[in-house]
Amino acid sequence: MKVFLALLIMGILTQNFVLSKFLGICPFLGVSKKLNTAVGMSVAVIFVMCLATAVCYPINTLLEKNDLAYLQTIVFILVIAALVQLVEIVLRKYIPSLYKALGIYLPLITTNCAVLGVVVLNVSNVATFAESYAVNYGFAHSMINSVAAGVGFLLAMVLFAGVRSRLEAADIPKFLQGLPITLIAASIVSVSFLGFGGLVEGLGLLAAA
Amino acid sequence: MAEKKSCMKEFTKGLLRENPTMRLVLGTCPTLAVTTSVVNAIGMGLAATVVLICSNVAISALRKVIPSKVRIPAYIVIIASFVTIVQMIVKAFLPVLDESLGIFLPLIVVNCIILGRAEAFASKNPVLLSAADGLGMGLGFTAALFCMGAVREILGAGTFLAGIKDLVNIGGFNGFDFSDTLANIGLAPITIFILPAGGFFFFGIIMALTNKIASGKGLPKAELHGCEHCPMAASCSRSTLKEDAQ
Repeated sequence: MKVFLALLIMGILTQNFVLSKFLGICPFLGVSKKLNTAVGMSVAVIFVMCLATAVCYPINTLLEKNDLAYLQTIVFILVIAALVQLVEIVLRKYIPSLYKALGIYLPLITTNCAVLGVVVLNVSNVATFAESYAVNYGFAHSMINSVAAGVGFLLAMVLFAGVRSRLEAADIPKFLQGLPITLIAASIVSVSFLGFGGLVEGLGLLAAA
Repeated sequence: MAEKKSCMKEFTKGLLRENPTMRLVLGTCPTLAVTTSVVNAIGMGLAATVVLICSNVAISALRKVIPSKVRIPAYIVIIASFVTIVQMIVKAFLPVLDESLGIFLPLIVVNCIILGRAEAFASKNPVLLSAADGLGMGLGFTAALFCMGAVREILGAGTFLAGIKDLVNIGGFNGFDFSDTLANIGLAPITIFILPAGGFFFFGIIMALTNKIASGKGLPKAELHGCEHCPMAASCSRSTLKEDAQ
């Protein structure tokens, strides 16, 4: 149980996907201008991340059983691309209201590094967690990690949408306008997340083996 | 002769005028993540360059065979195959680099520079030009990463080229270390520069500088516009996002 809590805190606060792992920077900078688009994009990302992890986990077990682990990158990206297409078709047919809310973000997510990132990270976490914390990292851990990563993405997007709405009204020097000031604002948001450092160790949730 | 000249043109445009990182604002994730040290930056840049040249050549050679309806999945498979090859080579010969790049090595697959060049250039141009374009864009990416990595490493860690021995062995040379010299005059490295926040900050400064230089030359400002700037925009079925955002 402690490990699950640790994974949640790490994913959302201490090792935030966007602000400390630098995954999903393009949507973070591109789609964070307005709060409602930021939330829509994030919810779609959480949804696809969880689905991708749930599908890729058994596939990875199968690959490893057959000594095909080197095919991981190719298989994962294809599975994610196919999955996103499938989700789009299913949503459009059966849940049009949800499709209307999330559908427009789905094609963007196929080549989003955060989704492939969380799947690859779950695979590499198996060895890391066994080595450093003597934790048997399984399917439940992978799912919790994906949820945490997604919620972390949502938190960063929502916070940053607020910061950017303030920036719109600010008087900014000419050459800092646009992308540069956005990056510098992101840097300050990222500094604020530094304050959570050591939270997992401090609460004694993960003990080194 | 004309062929040679245009090859040269395609090669040089990626270095400065259309630098993928500074001008086109593509591949921001690896740019921010791996530039904590020069060695990581060079390693990442060269790995991406190799993938970019190979995928550009393959996609350009197959451009008349791939049906346009399924071209994006086809490109992704081609790119993923080359990434896997590069990943295996790095794992076998440069294990230290493999460890420090971590998940960003397989994530070259979703680097927008590579898919972007495939869609914008290799799918429309002959093999030789595409190779020149890939080499130029790749080296432009590497150069941008090198600049970011150099400043962040010098300011943030007080070293330069630390750990170069793991990349190439030049007579046991393992980089410079200024931290002792700094400590002697009572200074310490500014650690924030190798932390994520420093990455965002310094990238912002660099973008402001490139925008200033570009405007002096009458070029437009580099901007990240969200959807319409994405290399997939043309093929994306739902460009409604643009209307939605307004």
